[in-house]
Amino acid sequence: MSMFLETLIGGLLAGTMYSLVAIGFVLIYKASGVFNYAQGSILLFAALTFVSLTGQGVPAFGAIAITIALLVLMAIAIEKLLLRPLTNRSPMTLFMATLGLSYLVEAVAQGIMGSQVRALDLGIDDLPIFVGDIMISQFDLIAAGVALALGIGLSLLFNRTRIGIQLRGVADDTRAALSLGIDINRIWQIVWAVAGIVGLVAGLLWGARQGVQFSLSLVVLKALPVLIIGGFTSIAGAIVGGLVVGAGESLAETYLGPLVGGGITPWFAYALALLFLFIRPAGLFGERQIERV
Amino acid sequence: MTTPVPPALEVRNVSLSFKGVKAISDLSFKVEAREICALIGPNGAGKSSLLNILNGVYVPDSGEIIFEGEHFRRMEPLEAARRGIGRGFQNNALFSGMSVVDNVITGLSRHSRLTLVEEMFRLPRARNEERRFRERAQAVLHLFGLDRHAATIVGTLPYGVQKKVELARAIVAEPRLVLLDEPLAGMNAAEKQEIAAVVARLNKELQLTIVLIEHDIGIVLELAHHVVVLDYGRKLADGPPETIRDNPDVIAAYLGSERAEIAA
Repeated sequence: MSMFLETLIGGLLAGTMYSLVAIGFVLIYKASGVFNYAQGSILLFAALTFVSLTGQGVPAFGAIAITIALLVLMAIAIEKLLLRPLTNRSPMTLFMATLGLSYLVEAVAQGIMGSQVRALDLGIDDLPIFVGDIMISQFDLIAAGVALALGIGLSLLFNRTRIGIQLRGVADDTRAALSLGIDINRIWQIVWAVAGIVGLVAGLLWGARQGVQFSLSLVVLKALPVLIIGGFTSIAGAIVGGLVVGAGESLAETYLGPLVGGGITPWFAYALALLFLFIRPAGLFGERQIERV
Repeated sequence: MTTPVPPALEVRNVSLSFKGVKAISDLSFKVEAREICALIGPNGAGKSSLLNILNGVYVPDSGEIIFEGEHFRRMEPLEAARRGIGRGFQNNALFSGMSVVDNVITGLSRHSRLTLVEEMFRLPRARNEERRFRERAQAVLHLFGLDRHAATIVGTLPYGVQKKVELARAIVAEPRLVLLDEPLAGMNAAEKQEIAAVVARLNKELQLTIVLIEHDIGIVLELAHHVVVLDYGRKLADGPPETIRDNPDVIAAYLGSERAEIAA
């Protein structure tokens, strides 16, 4: 029993790390109706910038502030140079544009800051703690706390404030939102900036786990099943989806792994997502039908 | 309407085409302040396109819009909203997942004076403004007799009620001019009368200038002070409802059978 609980808790905690990545996608999908392929590159860019700055002796808080400032500038540039000229184009066009954006961001980030693997130390001891006889990773616990706090903060922002009401208006009917005097361009800038900051948090936690390098941008691939399971339009869905994937992976590896000779983690999330596509294509918390891409 | 006021809106020589097909040809007319101006004409006459030009969704090929004395080659949607041009859409364009009161609050966007930081962290000024907006929205819902629906998710309400919510959203910001695209479409006779009465009241009590598109000629002739008839993007007639009713061109092109019905 304690092994089951340990596996489950470890999986759930790891799952919040997936949620963190998925939330960045949800924000942009809600506001701009596009699956932002560049989210992973932005995440890499944020982590790389942070590591480079601290490597130059900039204190951590300063590095975070500078990185956030750069992410906000990037959001404004993306809105002005990419989204605005492509207003009213098909979602596919926008998606292709974010694909291009991801190459650009990756190339610029690695061109300036180099492509070697860098260690990122957040000063969190990865010593396990014991609750009864259940072992829990301290790092995972802190990461989960951060992910939950971020999820709750964003939910409040989007459900309680008028920015949130406006954002939901833009997501629902752009034409009507415009006619009411909602500044869509401003909403887009805000949302892309917030998604960038979420990317920074995710990038720091994932970076601390596996080092900051190009492959960090591939955590995006783990977000896709999370989004399919949770729904593309709900922050709560991203969190629950992450938990489902994390717990599922961990339990499957422990209990099914021995039966099929291990190696379940890389594919289990996708198989689960496929199952969800058959049963509930909009995801657990999804609002609209997902289009075939 | 005793004091002489300059026209609220003037459309001057406006043309619009889509891929070479003329939607509106050299159209000119004036809308006096505080009047209800009805645009009528068969489908495809260019009525909705005209509304889209007036609030900046479409850019005319030529001509200009004069709104409250200012000349525009084109309107930007945001600019139009900020200058006080409100808009209701054909088939509704409500935010269906949000509550009625939240929908109406979005209508107040143009009055917001908050900075981003104030909004994000809900500083006192933001709370204050939110409270004022909510009160204002509640007051307008009361005006429409929608109080009991305030917290209801809009998408779950019957079409006729949604139409009223959309009207409430369009006028909550106290616009200078409201554009309504078929506010009575898809309603039964009783609902039509009710909405028409609301529109007449808004016009009289809030002194709103209203431009509306409507197919129900009987109601148009009752409600409007001024009727502009469009056909194939051209102006066929322009004047008070009495003269429109008796205009032979209009009868020939459009009214025909409906007029017989009204007479009957």
